[in-house]
Amino acid sequence: MNLKTVSPKNKIDTYDVEKIRRDFPVLLQKVHGQKLCYLDNAATTQKPRSVIDAVSRYYETINSNVHRGVHSLSEMATQAYEDSRTTVKNFINAASEKEIIFTRGTTEAINLVAHSYGKINLKEGDEVLITNMEHHSNIVPWQLICEEKNAKLKVVPVNNDGELIFEEFEKQLNERTKIVSVVYVSNSLGTINPVKKIIDKAHSFGIPVLLDGAQAIQHLKIDVQELDCDFFAFSGHKIYGPTGIGVLYGREKLLESMPPYMGGGDMISKVTFEKTTYNELPHKFEAGTPHISGAIGLAEALRYINKIGIKKISAYEKEILNYAASSLLQVNGLKVIGQAKEKSSVISFVFDNIHPHDVGTFLDFEGIAVRTGHHCTQPLMDRFNIPATTRASFALYNTKEEVDILVNGLKKVLEVFN
Amino acid sequence: MNDELRELYQQVILDHNKSPRNFRVIEHANHHSEGYNPLCGDRIDVFIDVEEGIVKDISFQGSGCAISKASASLMSSTVKGKTVDEAEKLFEKFHSLITGKADGDPEELGKLAVFAGVRDFPARVKCASLAWHTMINALKKEKDVVTTE
Repeated sequence: MNLKTVSPKNKIDTYDVEKIRRDFPVLLQKVHGQKLCYLDNAATTQKPRSVIDAVSRYYETINSNVHRGVHSLSEMATQAYEDSRTTVKNFINAASEKEIIFTRGTTEAINLVAHSYGKINLKEGDEVLITNMEHHSNIVPWQLICEEKNAKLKVVPVNNDGELIFEEFEKQLNERTKIVSVVYVSNSLGTINPVKKIIDKAHSFGIPVLLDGAQAIQHLKIDVQELDCDFFAFSGHKIYGPTGIGVLYGREKLLESMPPYMGGGDMISKVTFEKTTYNELPHKFEAGTPHISGAIGLAEALRYINKIGIKKISAYEKEILNYAASSLLQVNGLKVIGQAKEKSSVISFVFDNIHPHDVGTFLDFEGIAVRTGHHCTQPLMDRFNIPATTRASFALYNTKEEVDILVNGLKKVLEVFN
Repeated sequence: MNDELRELYQQVILDHNKSPRNFRVIEHANHHSEGYNPLCGDRIDVFIDVEEGIVKDISFQGSGCAISKASASLMSSTVKGKTVDEAEKLFEKFHSLITGKADGDPEELGKLAVFAGVRDFPARVKCASLAWHTMINALKKEKDVVTTE
């Protein structure tokens, strides 16, 4: 046995959270006179200094448009933008840069697939299969295309612990199913879905699978070839990068077969009024001037993650999650929504007589930032018969001390309301 | 508790949250509307019985935060017995108070003045006004019917 990996002392030695915290300028702030305790990481993560600097450096030194200028700055900007694509490709182990399409975020990536793939593959009576725990951004794009094509949107139910009912998933797969689109990690409950099993099963019917990876990319090691998924969507801002930049990974063969999503500059190879030929992958799907600084910032964020190591981050966050789960048991009347066996560092909870918004306002005065509301998963809230939850979501820079601050804050809320 | 927070969550509000008044359904109410706050998922049903231009009875059902529940509760007890016109005018005054446009006349607003603290919490204005918007909508619905008859 390798003692080094099991000794708790070593765990602390190899993961220096205080050093990591110093990389994030925003964490030094005070809110309502209290030290900021930022536990809203599933909504967006804070940015390390290196990402902020990379974005500034781009604007200070090489800002220009990509893929068309012959001047030096344009060449450097193009190089930096395309290098960022390579960094993303390596991070998720895609086979080629052609499979990495920059989008505005997960939402745009899913819309791209729904509209482009749906346009040529869905017809009347066909089915799209999603789950009861999807974010609205993996529901509404499919509703739109299904309505247009007279196709059906089918939903796999979840059990009381907030886990996908796999047998139901199997039952709903059939020859009319044209695509399965499923969330890897639930943003509301933290449930980690058995995506490998889902993909293998869907593939046995010849059905492609899209993974909404918005809440997975920052917590789990992602290898799209090992997962064998057909599409993988994620947002830069949830993995310590800028907002407004995201990625759609798509299997090259599938992307080749799909029509463009938006028309404009950069996605064309030749335009006449009679006919336009489209640019090759990935540019076919990147109309208009892209978010160049965003891509550069995202690549920098991925390098930051690589420096620490995603597996180390995963293990540390699991430790924080377990500590939070047991600490929250001390809070009277707190009920955790979502008790999946496989969970990422998200805890959603409710109280019988205290609304999440009141909890959120009180915690804010303790310097604690949590999310309250339906988290853009209204069908999931309906499933649990609740209007909303309070959600604490942890990231690589959160500490056990912050969990204690949360627990104390909640105890204060109880004093006022009970 | 912090002063600003104490100003928002006054004892009256906490009390109405815990035991809301008129928290029931009025069977066969002649006015009804459903209010919904898409931001937080809160829902409210307001039932009103209007007779000869007077709010004879008003009640509500639904789920919401302390601010929205207390607001619905205090609204119902304040508006009961008033004319429809008075109820509508009261809403305008209440709205000015919670958005900080006017201090509001304590005599006119009565207990509703406890919501003055909402002005410092822009995200919570919708919580305080949801029941009122729903009531106004319920009253208007009937008016529409009246004008078409």
